[in-house]
Amino acid sequence: MTAVSIPNPERKLALTNLGIAYTAFIVGTLCGLLQVFIRNDALQLPAWLDYYQILTAHGVLLALIFTTFFIFGFFQSGMSRTLGAFGPKVVFWNWVGLIITATGTVMATVMIVSGEASVLYTFYAPMMANGFFYVGLALFVVGTWVQSFALAGHYLVWRKENKGEKSPLFAYMTVATIILWIIACLGVVAAVLFQFIPWAFGWKESINVELSRSLFWYFGHPLVYFWLLPAYIGWYVIVPKIIGGKVFSDSLARLSFILFILFSIPVGFHHQLTEPGIASFWKFLQTILTFMVIVPSLMTAFSMFAVFETRGRELGGKGLFGWFRKLPWKDVRFTSIFIAMLFFIPGGAGGIINASFQMNEVIHNTLWVVGHFHITVGTPVAMTFFGITFWLIPFLTKRVFTKALQRLALIQIITWSIGMVLMSTAQHVLGLFGAPRRTAYTGYQHEDALAWFEGIISNHVTMAVGGSILFLSASLLIFIVVQLAWFAPMAESATQETFPIAESDARETPGILENWKVWIGVALVLIAVAYTIPVADMIQHAPPGSGGFRTW
Amino acid sequence: MHLHKYEKIWLTFGFAALIIFLSVVGVSAFHQGHTPAGGLQKVDPDNLESTPPFDNPGVHEKKDGSYEVAVVAEAFGYTPGKIQVPAGEKVTFKVTSKDVTHSFSIVDTNVNMMVVPGQVNEKTHVFRDPGKYLIVCNEYCGSGHHFMSMEIEVVDQ
Repeated sequence: MTAVSIPNPERKLALTNLGIAYTAFIVGTLCGLLQVFIRNDALQLPAWLDYYQILTAHGVLLALIFTTFFIFGFFQSGMSRTLGAFGPKVVFWNWVGLIITATGTVMATVMIVSGEASVLYTFYAPMMANGFFYVGLALFVVGTWVQSFALAGHYLVWRKENKGEKSPLFAYMTVATIILWIIACLGVVAAVLFQFIPWAFGWKESINVELSRSLFWYFGHPLVYFWLLPAYIGWYVIVPKIIGGKVFSDSLARLSFILFILFSIPVGFHHQLTEPGIASFWKFLQTILTFMVIVPSLMTAFSMFAVFETRGRELGGKGLFGWFRKLPWKDVRFTSIFIAMLFFIPGGAGGIINASFQMNEVIHNTLWVVGHFHITVGTPVAMTFFGITFWLIPFLTKRVFTKALQRLALIQIITWSIGMVLMSTAQHVLGLFGAPRRTAYTGYQHEDALAWFEGIISNHVTMAVGGSILFLSASLLIFIVVQLAWFAPMAESATQETFPIAESDARETPGILENWKVWIGVALVLIAVAYTIPVADMIQHAPPGSGGFRTW
Repeated sequence: MHLHKYEKIWLTFGFAALIIFLSVVGVSAFHQGHTPAGGLQKVDPDNLESTPPFDNPGVHEKKDGSYEVAVVAEAFGYTPGKIQVPAGEKVTFKVTSKDVTHSFSIVDTNVNMMVVPGQVNEKTHVFRDPGKYLIVCNEYCGSGHHFMSMEIEVVDQ
């Protein structure tokens, strides 16, 4: 018998997305390696290349390109696996979306590489990049929307054909993530289309800086949930199957995704706590809304460990912690995601600190923040994606994830963890000492700054050691990916990787959880409450606008 | 919807933690006045030379005995580049930018302000210990971002 997978059109789509994702990944991590050396004055870049160009590329390639392309590859395979084969229209529009997204990516990347857009991935005005950088960003977002609508269309067809039934958990969560993404992007699309593009091409003389920053962060925070929710799909739907268990509670899983839609968007001001132009009241209101995401996060933590314990006890684990040893630690598909979850504990706690209103002043724009997102998106999300890659690529290419590759994968996961612990701990501590983020090597002539090169943990050298280990780990991952894509032996039905989907009992799940109109409505009301007055104020009481500056 | 007993306990704990955290933050902010840097005053970034207090950047003693420091940030430095303030007194920093977005962050203190063109950011701080404090720009502002810094000398009165 030959190996089975999802139908060919979806395989090609998903593999193309994953291929672009991992190309961005290796270039992006290489940029990261260069950065830690430059920050230690251990590397001199050639004259045509600048630290901030590399920094922009690192952020854009890893945080935007790698994540987004991976997520769509994962969604396309999972939607086909759980809802059935795509119709020709769904396939066509997914390709259209993919091509637009890729075109935007190429455009923005060319601008960054040619030094026309060293504005970092936050592209704060009034630094003005080449107009085509912003056009590239707009195309990128529009492309993801087209893919999103194509997937939503596939879901709607399924619902029509299965009236009264609850959709499979994977599809439900995909749709929730897509809804979050589309609402979130409205902010950045508005900023790019109505503010940046007319300004950068010279059709408008000036830009309202504070408004553009607020629109960016309206998008910027839910963006992190757009990375996180697909990882949560891995945690809720895939991990239980890998360890041989079931979803802990279907309704709680769905409810947590709804809560993320509601409480991840009206909270962008917590990235702007230390800036003028927003009254304290509105900053505090959004702080409260930010804290609400603690609830679905705790629900998720509970569900995960409930699944682990239940399964460990089924396998014969005794006593308070005996179940823990029974878990399949040698299975890298599980171990990777388990480690990813562990990293999210300090990651989430750090996030609460960052959002804590006046406490934000202690860490805002210091290296602490860099440490923070490397143990949130850089490990819990990224390592979950690695864990998914290990079976998803061979599932799609019908190849075998061999024992030798599995051992390499374990080494990859462990080295990534070690590198990340070293680097992010150093970054957190240096940040508390006041070391700024986003700087090339500096010799600020002051004893406080000189101390940033002297500690054991709190040292730029420790950061570089961690960063180097991380790059080795990234290279190893690329080796595994290439093997799984082209060189591993072809599978037969017995050795074929499967797409693990855990059983989830939806009989008791309330139907209202799948009434999207209600939740989109509630989300929009919350957004209106949190943003209408302060944004209207920014427009009405705007200072004279800013012209464009090119300071790099 | 069914909730497991342990999950109820766990979520109750979560909600309680949430309420305690927010109350602490809220009381500290609005009762004790520890709000982060901010301000709603606007200026014309192209016309700072004739806009008080930025027409005369530097340290000014006010009638009530406190101090006001007006600082203009531009790529890649601050005006003035060096200042002196007394220890133990209230010092209110007012900062704005002539060009792109910067920051004004005093290492070893909680003064950490975004400097946005067109807006005036304000923060009051009391330096307890005399000494030289480093101020860095921690918002990326261009190729010389990592050179953008200044110094405050805090002196005993």
